[in-house]
Amino acid sequence: MATSSVSKGCFVFKPTSKKRKTLSAEDYFTDGSENPENSRLRFQLFQSQWQDMKEEVQMVHDDLNKKILDSLLEFIGKSVASFQSRAVGWESRMRASEIPTAALVLGVNVPDHDVTFQSLSDLLRESVSPFVASVQAKECGALQHLMKKVMQQLMGGGVALDEDDAEEQSGYQISDLPRKGFNCSLGILCDWYQNLNKKSCIKSPGKKRSSSGSDFPKKPPLVVIFKDLEAFCPQVLQDFIVICSQYIQQLPLVFVFGIATSPSTIQRMLPHSVSSLLCIELFQSLSCTQHLATVIDKLVLTSKFPFKISGKVLKVLVGIFLYHDFSVCNFIRGLQLALFEHFFGQPLSVLCCEEEEALAQVRQFSHEDVEKILQLPSIMRYVEKQEPQEQVKLLTSDDHVKVVTQNLLKDLCSYHRNFYPILRCLHLLTSSLPKFPLGKQIRELHVLCLENNVWESEEYESAMQLLRMLAKDELVAALQKCVEVLQPGMTKKLKEVVHQLKDIIAKLKMLDQLSDETISCEGEQESSSGKSLQKTDLFHLQKTLMEMRETRRNKAKTPYEVLRNHTVDYLDSLVKMHLLPPESQPLYEVFYYSSSATVRRHLNATPRTSIQTALSHPHYYLQSEALKSEGGTISKAAPDICIIYKLHLECGRLINLYDWLQAYFTVTAADGQDPDSAEGHVDEMKHARFIRAVSELEFLGFIKSTKQKTDHVARLTWGGCQT
Amino acid sequence: MPAELRQQGYSEAQLRLVSEKVPCREAQAAALLALFGEPDHYSFPSIFIYGHRAMGKSHVTLTLLRELQMPHVVVSCVECVSPGLLFEQVLGSLFDSSAVTLSRSPSLSDFVRLYRQLCAEDSAKHTRYIVLDRAEVLRDMSANLLPGFLRLQELVEDNVTVILLSEIVWDKFRPSTGCFEPLQLHFPDYSKAELQQILAQDSHPSYSAELYTFYINILLGVFYSVCKDLRELRHLAALNFPKFCEPLEKGEAEESDTHKLWRNIEPHLKKAMQTVYLREVSSFQWEEQLKQDGETQSLRGLSAYAHVELPYYSKFLLIAAYLASYNPARTDRRFFVKHHGKIRKTTFLKKHEKTSNHLLGPKPFPLDRLLAIFYSVVDSRVAPTASIFSQISSLVTLQLLTQVGHDDQLDNPKYKCTVSLDFIRAIARTVGFDILRYLYDFL
Repeated sequence: MATSSVSKGCFVFKPTSKKRKTLSAEDYFTDGSENPENSRLRFQLFQSQWQDMKEEVQMVHDDLNKKILDSLLEFIGKSVASFQSRAVGWESRMRASEIPTAALVLGVNVPDHDVTFQSLSDLLRESVSPFVASVQAKECGALQHLMKKVMQQLMGGGVALDEDDAEEQSGYQISDLPRKGFNCSLGILCDWYQNLNKKSCIKSPGKKRSSSGSDFPKKPPLVVIFKDLEAFCPQVLQDFIVICSQYIQQLPLVFVFGIATSPSTIQRMLPHSVSSLLCIELFQSLSCTQHLATVIDKLVLTSKFPFKISGKVLKVLVGIFLYHDFSVCNFIRGLQLALFEHFFGQPLSVLCCEEEEALAQVRQFSHEDVEKILQLPSIMRYVEKQEPQEQVKLLTSDDHVKVVTQNLLKDLCSYHRNFYPILRCLHLLTSSLPKFPLGKQIRELHVLCLENNVWESEEYESAMQLLRMLAKDELVAALQKCVEVLQPGMTKKLKEVVHQLKDIIAKLKMLDQLSDETISCEGEQESSSGKSLQKTDLFHLQKTLMEMRETRRNKAKTPYEVLRNHTVDYLDSLVKMHLLPPESQPLYEVFYYSSSATVRRHLNATPRTSIQTALSHPHYYLQSEALKSEGGTISKAAPDICIIYKLHLECGRLINLYDWLQAYFTVTAADGQDPDSAEGHVDEMKHARFIRAVSELEFLGFIKSTKQKTDHVARLTWGGCQT
Repeated sequence: MPAELRQQGYSEAQLRLVSEKVPCREAQAAALLALFGEPDHYSFPSIFIYGHRAMGKSHVTLTLLRELQMPHVVVSCVECVSPGLLFEQVLGSLFDSSAVTLSRSPSLSDFVRLYRQLCAEDSAKHTRYIVLDRAEVLRDMSANLLPGFLRLQELVEDNVTVILLSEIVWDKFRPSTGCFEPLQLHFPDYSKAELQQILAQDSHPSYSAELYTFYINILLGVFYSVCKDLRELRHLAALNFPKFCEPLEKGEAEESDTHKLWRNIEPHLKKAMQTVYLREVSSFQWEEQLKQDGETQSLRGLSAYAHVELPYYSKFLLIAAYLASYNPARTDRRFFVKHHGKIRKTTFLKKHEKTSNHLLGPKPFPLDRLLAIFYSVVDSRVAPTASIFSQISSLVTLQLLTQVGHDDQLDNPKYKCTVSLDFIRAIARTVGFDILRYLYDFL
């Protein structure tokens, strides 16, 4: 669109129409793939599974927050009641009117709190009061901003209160909502609130009201939520509290402080003269590690979702959580990324769905799909293990491959159904052992089982040994818990396991009657062996002790010991049967996402390393072999900035610009040309290139100008050439 | 002794009513009334009243203005986030509020012009009073506001007096450019006897006044040394009175059985001083606890929950920040380089470094030093990922670190560690790091 205007000016071009089609996520997903039909299917699968997971997460979240939110609601309800009873009584007249304040301690990850506050304000709007304002520190740098934010949200909420009066309200709203640049004061809010109450008082009798309206108490409280207390400017907060306390008689205000660190922050931020205006009660939320454990329990340790992540990916995700951010939301996002990458990168992930669908899917496979199946490493291993005839058949007949694939899919599904319950059992049994040989948390055991044959590890050995020493009541209790875990959603195999376990428990209980005899006979044996210990020299003593140990090992064990050994052996066999690592299962690539490097690269980026790589090894990103250089030398052909960067690594904290320039000339003029020829005059071209490269380096934050010496720049990074 | 309120132009009955309402403040009320003069007299242009919190400054002023029906407006300055709001409130209540139309961000001269305009239509028969509560906030508003209000009478040519109330002495107000000096009136602190007299006035309707006076005596005996705030004392009295009356309710003691009553309540009051007075527990919770009685399951106060859970690397970053803040930079080599050679403490240091760094408080340190220490204390190789850097800024938002200085935030930011030694020791213990071995002060 050109204009033929001589004068300078500003022209508004309205977009004529939306010609450009906005690409949906699906288009991006299928873009460039050779088999669009297949990708579309995978995209749909991804979406439906993510939807399921999201719902599950939401449920987990609601469950976890329920307790604390309920107690918060109770607190607010209580304070409302006290507002209403304030008018009467000696005591209430005497008492200073404090603003009820809930201090909500939520843990250090502030972005995660949003979800909690969202559900809190939703709950409040539903059951306590329509007037809920939540403010964030970054929006409230000064008192007037805070006031404006609070009033906008509170008075905006009032309109939503009675939707049936929308027409009447609308005029009211426009005139009373704070205009831009309008002076907000609580006095206005106070008038508005009293007006509103008068209105509803007049209206409520005789007029049909929406059910939501009548739920609220007569004077609904005004709840102000401070999402991140630590970040607020203390002065602003103090002023706000002082102002609010002047109106507390007319306005039933309630505060909620979201605290990330510890409640003593309140005392640090507010002097006594201000905190004495508040009536602070503490609410502590669940720790985020427990939250994570629940999320893992519901999303990862279940056969409900066909999609699985490998041990390495889980390790990366949990590592990011524990080492970096304590953010459950990030963990779930990581899971989403893995899910997406899996469906995006693995063409056979069309099979990553419910069993029946997958089986139906296999039947429709084309020749190419079958080829892809045969190329899977796990299938290749599987084929190798088969008889030669079977091998030939697999390699030649597509139909046979399809049949085999279906069988393998079924096997894999039943493997999953058994895997998780047995894993939980093993965790139950080992989590109470001293020193936690297999980890305190079930996720640690899970990672162990995913990566190797768990029974080959030393930790497993020691755990089993400890189990062989367990007292009877402990063993019975643990086994009973196992039975409880195994009960729901039983498969045929698990049913048998439950049966066996119950049998063992019964036998153990039977032992009670026998126990008296065994103790007495054991006592005899002890005394007899004690006699044989005589004073001899050290060698003999050692020998006799060895012998005694032998005899004790061989001697008849008590019935309990026999049964205990039997039990542990049985458990061991269960583990060996069901807790095989998924890598050993053919077709596991269909369900498991295992590229931990991708996840790490996406979630825990290293921008600085990338920049340094780009500068010190330009061939890595430019993909040009010519730029490759051995050792610490600098290729002449490398971009100027790389040369400059390499040279600056050799300098100390201050870099002399002239020396740097000379070094640059030397490098660029390295071979062929005679360096002396340029000595007399400075090549202006090169000079300009040098200056530009230096300013680029400054832009990247490696150097900065310094006032200490005029013709020097200061380095901002440390470390020499070896990096 | 109480000076009697006397002023022509007001009826005896009115004055008596006022003096009843201002116990122990008769002298100040009389002085103020004398300054006000008769209703239609011009008064002094500006009066500055100061005294501690809850010493009856606004109570006395407002009672006088209200009971003697003088035209007045009370504005709390802390509430007025902008001068415009202040002007609007003043004009709105002195004159017909519908006529007040101020521009968007009015200046003092706008205010004066509008005042004169409105005043011309509705001139004062009686002196108008503008009471500015928490006047110390005016100092932070535009520079001409405070001097302007001090000589408002002159500016608007109207019978108006500005009364400033503050907890701060006038010396802290005086602008460097000079201004009209207001008349100062000091409200001294209540003495113990006065507090007793005032508190004893609101006795509980179902108990005798003597009993309540006795209770107030005990209360003041415990709290007088820490708190002279009338409002707080009244609050505490109300909170603990039911407990005081408990033996009477149960019939275990008579009203005359003073010693028993004293023994019953004293420990509770002492405990209240440590908990509810400091707002460690809320008033609700305190009352609940008093009701339950017997079971000494004490409530944990706010400061009892000092534990903070942090991600693993954040803990090390915080430890590194603490070390950087409290160790002199020159000693880093000694702590973090393996073969540093022996450095003797006394010869090595300059004189001023010999004093304990913990007494001097945290010192600022640049980002590189923090990271250098971090990499040497953390036990594994850590990639310099984006989340390591973002953890530093989240520590800043959590106020465990603070950013120092505002220049050069991009290239070379400086921080200070604001956590206490106890806190960092608790953190270090969770990661198995013996922090005392790395602190220069504890060598």
